[in-house]
Amino acid sequence: MTDFIWLVIALPLAGAVFLHFFGRYVKEPLSGWLASAAIGGAFVVSAVAAVPFIQGGAEPVTISLWEWMPAIGASFELLWDPLAALMALVVTGVGTLIHVFAIGYMHGDERFHRFFTNLNLFAASMLTLVLAGNYAMLFLGWELVGLCSYLLIGFWYTRTTAAAAAKKAFIVNRIGDFGFMIGLMLVFTVFGTLSFAGVFERAAEELTGGMATAIGLLLLVGAAGKSAQIPLYVWLPDAMEGPTPVSALIHAATMVTAGVYVIARSAPIYEFTPVASIVVASVGALTAIWAASIALAQRDIKKVLAYSTISQLGFMFLAVGARAYVAGVFHLMTHAFFKALLFLGAGSVIHSMSDEQDMHRMGGLMRKMPLTAATMAVGALALAGIPPLAGFWSKDEILAADFARGGWYYFLWIIGLVTALLTAFYIARLWVLVFYGEPRWQEDAHPHESPRVMTLPLVALAFLSVVGGLVNTPFRLGLEHFLEPSFEGVHIQEAPTDWLTLGILAALSILAAVVGVGAGVLAYKRPPERWRRFEESFEPLWGTWELAYGVDDLYGRTLVLPGRRLAEAAAFSVDAKVVDGAVNGVGRLVRGAGDWARPLQTGFVRNYGVLFLAGALVVVVWLVASG
Amino acid sequence: MLTALILLPVAAAIVVALIPGRRREIHLPLGIALSVMPLALAGYLFWVFEPAAGFQYVVDVPWYEPWGIAWNLGVDGISLPMVVLTTLLVPIALAASTTITNRTKEFVMYTLLLEAGMIGAFLALDLFLFFVFFEAMLIPMYFIIGIWGTERRIYAAVKFFIYTAFGSALMLAAIIGLALTYASQEGSASFALSDLAGLELSVGTERIFFAAFAIAFAIKVPLFPFHTWLPDAHVEAPTAGSVLLAAVLLKLGTYGLLRFNLSLFPDASVDAIPIMAILAVVGIIYGAVVAIVQPDLKKLVAYSSVSHLGFIVLGTFALTSGGLQGAVIQNVNHGLTTGALFLLVGMIYDRRHTKKIADFGGLQKTVPLLAGFFLFMTFASIGLPGLNGFVGEFLVLIGSYPALPSFTVIAALGVVLAAIYLLWAYERVFTGVPDKEENSVLSDLSGREIALLVPITVLIIVIGLYPKLLLDKITPSTEAVLDRIVEQTDYTMPEPGRIGDVFVAGGE
Amino acid sequence: MVPVGWYMALAAALFLIGALGMLLRRNALVMFMCIELMLNAVNLTLISAGRAMNDLNGQVAVFFILVVAAAEVVVGLAIIVAIFRRRATASVDELSELRG
Repeated sequence: MTDFIWLVIALPLAGAVFLHFFGRYVKEPLSGWLASAAIGGAFVVSAVAAVPFIQGGAEPVTISLWEWMPAIGASFELLWDPLAALMALVVTGVGTLIHVFAIGYMHGDERFHRFFTNLNLFAASMLTLVLAGNYAMLFLGWELVGLCSYLLIGFWYTRTTAAAAAKKAFIVNRIGDFGFMIGLMLVFTVFGTLSFAGVFERAAEELTGGMATAIGLLLLVGAAGKSAQIPLYVWLPDAMEGPTPVSALIHAATMVTAGVYVIARSAPIYEFTPVASIVVASVGALTAIWAASIALAQRDIKKVLAYSTISQLGFMFLAVGARAYVAGVFHLMTHAFFKALLFLGAGSVIHSMSDEQDMHRMGGLMRKMPLTAATMAVGALALAGIPPLAGFWSKDEILAADFARGGWYYFLWIIGLVTALLTAFYIARLWVLVFYGEPRWQEDAHPHESPRVMTLPLVALAFLSVVGGLVNTPFRLGLEHFLEPSFEGVHIQEAPTDWLTLGILAALSILAAVVGVGAGVLAYKRPPERWRRFEESFEPLWGTWELAYGVDDLYGRTLVLPGRRLAEAAAFSVDAKVVDGAVNGVGRLVRGAGDWARPLQTGFVRNYGVLFLAGALVVVVWLVASG
Repeated sequence: MLTALILLPVAAAIVVALIPGRRREIHLPLGIALSVMPLALAGYLFWVFEPAAGFQYVVDVPWYEPWGIAWNLGVDGISLPMVVLTTLLVPIALAASTTITNRTKEFVMYTLLLEAGMIGAFLALDLFLFFVFFEAMLIPMYFIIGIWGTERRIYAAVKFFIYTAFGSALMLAAIIGLALTYASQEGSASFALSDLAGLELSVGTERIFFAAFAIAFAIKVPLFPFHTWLPDAHVEAPTAGSVLLAAVLLKLGTYGLLRFNLSLFPDASVDAIPIMAILAVVGIIYGAVVAIVQPDLKKLVAYSSVSHLGFIVLGTFALTSGGLQGAVIQNVNHGLTTGALFLLVGMIYDRRHTKKIADFGGLQKTVPLLAGFFLFMTFASIGLPGLNGFVGEFLVLIGSYPALPSFTVIAALGVVLAAIYLLWAYERVFTGVPDKEENSVLSDLSGREIALLVPITVLIIVIGLYPKLLLDKITPSTEAVLDRIVEQTDYTMPEPGRIGDVFVAGGE
Repeated sequence: MVPVGWYMALAAALFLIGALGMLLRRNALVMFMCIELMLNAVNLTLISAGRAMNDLNGQVAVFFILVVAAAEVVVGLAIIVAIFRRRATASVDELSELRG
């Protein structure tokens, strides 16, 4: 089956191509089902091909497809190893569920088939990214998911805010890519190739500490762009302009995890640079708590989830920065489950509330949408980290590994713990505001439970959020064994193994989660006037959080506006006046010289005659003088 | 065969000339039909071309013996793609010119003569012959801009002609200087590239000649600060003019730098690397920054050309395998993507008679197909992997880094800037709601217009995913150039610089 | 025998008269006559020099000059007549359209 791994990419790609050309001839739900079948098929292929790794003992496989740019060691080649398999399964599995959900969500949209074309294209791109066998092909997938993100965020293109958000996402990603590309330049210079095999096997011989740090930091820049870490996270909240299935798939479960994946995949390089790893972890921790604080005060349900995603990605960076690669990837997986669930649930709510997204206008929805409410409760508890749900196991493993690493990482562990508390609080706040209490919605809203095509994926994801964590508990580190072949030669930071430390750490995490959830529930189950006063009591902090620390505004004032002024100066002053002025000036000079020489042409024959004779005289004198 | 490539368009021009001016409806279709023949021939040439160093299908017929001028043509991996590109774009450009209803006959004739000039310039191996073709291209282009252009066409045409001719005059002086030096050293005169390349020149002389050639080509590329003729020429030229100008004429500059400067003056070239690299990188950043705020769509694309061609020059003077390959393939890629962008802008202009971004808005709703193609070309221009622009840019950046690290890093900023100016332009023109009356009643692409764009689109995807088709033919020639430089100068290649330095992991 | 010098002096005088005449007179026909004078002065010089040096080339040169002068006069007079028909003036000062 590993010979057919390319099918994983080919199936959704074929789906995209088919729907691009023939989508308009296929009637509405069918195109959605076709797209879902394509990605579902990819899931099946991945699952079958992953079996050898699950059984253990299989070696990673590199499959060469064809040559691409030999001069820099780039070809189309796929690497199939446990890490790739895990990513592929997550992408295709969660992806299929989201595709199905979207069939219901996008019902009635006039560009229904176009949506699924782009969604399939996204899946193909993301799979290219995770199955890539070299950095160039990874970059190919990396950029293509950026393209799909652009297309899907700006899907409702008549909305200027959506179009602007799409552009912002692509450009901020590109800024990250700038760093990423320089990292690739360094990789090529050191190793003479971009293929993973060529790089990782020789990392020990060829890498110096300085180079490794440089590469590590540059890859981080790229990862920060794609995975929305400080300072490049500003595109993600705006990206919520896109349809909610897009937010679920791209901006929660898959594309944004690409940064984490890249760092995990490049583990052999980070092996040689403790400095870069610390930076990765610190960026992650800082982002986690920063975003969590913003999420506390958001009114828009999707914005809460967006900042939550940024925060949870911070956790993943915290993990891989501490060299706890397994923990990071584990959290990537569980997060995909419960965050997709939360987004889809939010989508279910928004859909039934006729596109209302302000939580202050919701409330009491659990009576109208019990299934959504229940599944979202599961997702919320999973995110908060309540055992035995998935989020607890993965988050706790990250915190434990950080604690075990020690040194600076203690400090990061504390930040992580506080963030976990905030996380639990804001997600409880979300759930209570939306589903509990008295209805606060407008007159014209008719909330109803969503159709089965939308609720079934919710149930499936809820199930996964419950049991998903059991693949890697301290009692049975299944995932770790599974991923071993991918991290050969790399030192993975483990959680402490003695039950006492582990127990205390777990207890602390559980405490944070319970306290957070409890506080959230208590604060918000009271009537609106009470919790509004509660929020006001935190001013001016609350306002700052609600405005996301004014970062967008800051960027606008310090980067965008001056940049625009600079461009205008360059274009209208320098280019038009100076450079072109020089050219036109030369023209004027020549004209001027012509004007100056003009008087010679008097038109009077007799003047010419004088000149003739004078000239002749000069010649004669010269001839005579030179003998 | 190569002579036929040059003479076919000339013959076609004569045929068109013979059709009376009254029979308007014939001129354009006939021109298009006739220009397909050189394309077929060029396609055949591409098919049978054997990837190898050195020139193939060489024609060497003495023209004026006493001065050593010969009708000396030849094709190699560097000129072949350009010839095919030229023959491909001329029929497309003509087919896009259905709005030229006044003096169509002359228009078609000039375009065909322009084609002959361009092909000749790429194939010429005799310096004098090259100069003749180089200059011969200017005249039809001057007329095309000056007669069928928009408001400030005379200014633009004159500026274009004189600016470029100034450079060529310098080059002519250098060519004559070279020939005379050769004559005094060898006894007999010759203008052949192969002979002159073997000349031993003193350092000072070599540098002066290098500079003369370089200035001529720098104006053509255009390299900062010699670029200001380009925006005006592009804005005022009719669609076909812009397409051919951007896609082919500009490449003569980059081609010239690679073919002539590097071969004739290897030592001076190596010495000039810092200057050329600085100008290239300045062009990349400056062109992109200035493009951001342009109110005119065509001017924006014109400045984007300045930016993109900076990459090509950077790759050329990095003198590594990746850099050179990237430069040569980018010659083709930029021709395709920017040619297509100008075609699309032309299509918008045909409908709205304006190129100002402020006049648009929400066009995606009215003309989704046009918007789709435009977005596709935008991403190709930005350098999205999977499309052709990425292959060239990536090869140039990664390939040049070992040789010119700091320059390459700054140049990489260009990819961010490209996204900014293109996506912002797309946003203002196509997204949102069409609030102006005129914008909501436009018709989408006609079959003819789609037929123009499809071949380019297909090529963009194919080259993006399987550039081997081109790279196989290009590589031996670029390697030969690098070999020569290594032999003739004491330049040391960086590691990894040559294709032999690339590590191939076991099991590939 | 008359010394050669006298012939040369005569020729020089004639040349000078012709030159001054060409510069000082306005009438186109008179200017032409002065040009003829100058040319013939040169002829005289050539013949005397040829005689003095016993070289036939002087006389050969004169033949050339005579022919060229004749041709030039024909063309020039035709132009002047055409101008006169148009403009009713033969004054050179009035014909200044070619001023730059």
